[in-house]
Amino acid sequence: MSYMRSLKCRECGKEYPKEALHVCELCFGPLEVNYEYDRIKEALTRHAIEKREPNMWRYKELLPLDGDPSVGAQVGFTPLVRAKNLGKALGVKELYIKNDAVNFPTLSFKDRVVSVAISRARELGFQIVACASTGNLANSVAANAAACGMESYVFIPHDLEQSKVLGTLVYGATVVSIKGTYDEVNRLCSEIAGKYGWAFVNINIRPYYAEGSKTFGYEIAEQLGWKLPKHIIVPMAGGSLITKISKAFKEFQKLGFVKQTDTRIYGAQAAGCSPIINAVKEGSELIRPVKPNTIAKSLAIGNPADGYYSAKVIRESGGWGESVSDEEIIASMKLLAETEGIFAETAGGVTLGVTKKLIEQGRIPKDESIVVCVTGNGLKTQEALHGKLNEVTVINSRLAEFDELVKANGKEYALKA
Amino acid sequence: MKKRIYLTYPKEQVKEPLLYHVGRLFKVVTNIRQASISDKIGLVALELDGEPEEIDKAIKYFIDHGVKVEPIELDIIE
Repeated sequence: MSYMRSLKCRECGKEYPKEALHVCELCFGPLEVNYEYDRIKEALTRHAIEKREPNMWRYKELLPLDGDPSVGAQVGFTPLVRAKNLGKALGVKELYIKNDAVNFPTLSFKDRVVSVAISRARELGFQIVACASTGNLANSVAANAAACGMESYVFIPHDLEQSKVLGTLVYGATVVSIKGTYDEVNRLCSEIAGKYGWAFVNINIRPYYAEGSKTFGYEIAEQLGWKLPKHIIVPMAGGSLITKISKAFKEFQKLGFVKQTDTRIYGAQAAGCSPIINAVKEGSELIRPVKPNTIAKSLAIGNPADGYYSAKVIRESGGWGESVSDEEIIASMKLLAETEGIFAETAGGVTLGVTKKLIEQGRIPKDESIVVCVTGNGLKTQEALHGKLNEVTVINSRLAEFDELVKANGKEYALKA
Repeated sequence: MKKRIYLTYPKEQVKEPLLYHVGRLFKVVTNIRQASISDKIGLVALELDGEPEEIDKAIKYFIDHGVKVEPIELDIIE
């Protein structure tokens, strides 16, 4: 049973049928899914959710499908880790990591949005699924399309390193490399989406696709024992995730699942691509596009589609935003790995780096609950760490050499009797 | 065909009547759906209606005059 009522323009409020539409015909504003919350409130309880399988579909009433998902049945319900070691390192009392680095099947939060998008695309009768992506989205579209037997097209800029394409090609996707500037690639993809009757997950299916991100927020609330954190730090690329986490928290409050509504939401970007942070800091409603130059490639979106709405969410929650340099990103990736055993991608380094900065600035107090959002796996961005870690020690296969090494390192270990 | 685009006028082009010229030079119908203009920047959400070749020429005209042309979805590559 579906509780999805319509698509609704975020700008002028005009309603549209639940089809593959993404832009308001009247004002060109983005469309968003609108639900029948009164009916959901009657049908859904915390107890009912708790009895379901540990995956993102335990919140299915709040997701935009008419029936059951046709792909990604195991996606979500990733760990919320109480990060005591990292908390100690940062000098804070209650710190958590929401870890989508281990999301199924492609190790990033994109599996949440893509499984919703593809399931909805199938309900709408599409045969082919597509996206324009340089990384996590491409991996997820290719894998999930393969899993449900759909054909997939992935568009990439021509100068992308081939090694990055491997994790997409392996699933049998058709990868099309487009010559031209970044702007030209964007425009062509929009044209292809307009001309071919395909489900472009982040274009014509975007209103449904974006809703999948809400599950990241629902899970945090449930895993905290049906409470919202006081502070949450979210990485921002196109800006959709942060707006959907905010929507998730508001929906849970509306349904009576959580009480408090005073969560402060903070945005994190890399200094080499921080159009939303710039707007937040300037107190401006206008997002000025930038040319990305950062190792955090998964956040390198110079003109974010949801930039305006992200800045609004941050402002209205009483949060703030910060950006960090490439050096700070790497230092934070190492800190997270060394303290909690979590290897996050560069975007995770951005989010933790920003968290550290905001704590040091006194913007996030040290004695309140804090959630850091990790959205992708470090195994995908290993090149960022080349030359940045300790060298491997090489010895010959002689015990004496190992003994010397131990001695040289100034360590003493108890030996067996 | 119809095409929806965002135009970003840099400061030095804000006062120029580029839309008027596009309508005169090329066989396209221009339809402004949203606009925000200050002395520093101009933002226009525009629908172009016409033959694909004429629309391409109109877009090239904007770009040649320093205007950034983007799809209505903004950055699509994620």
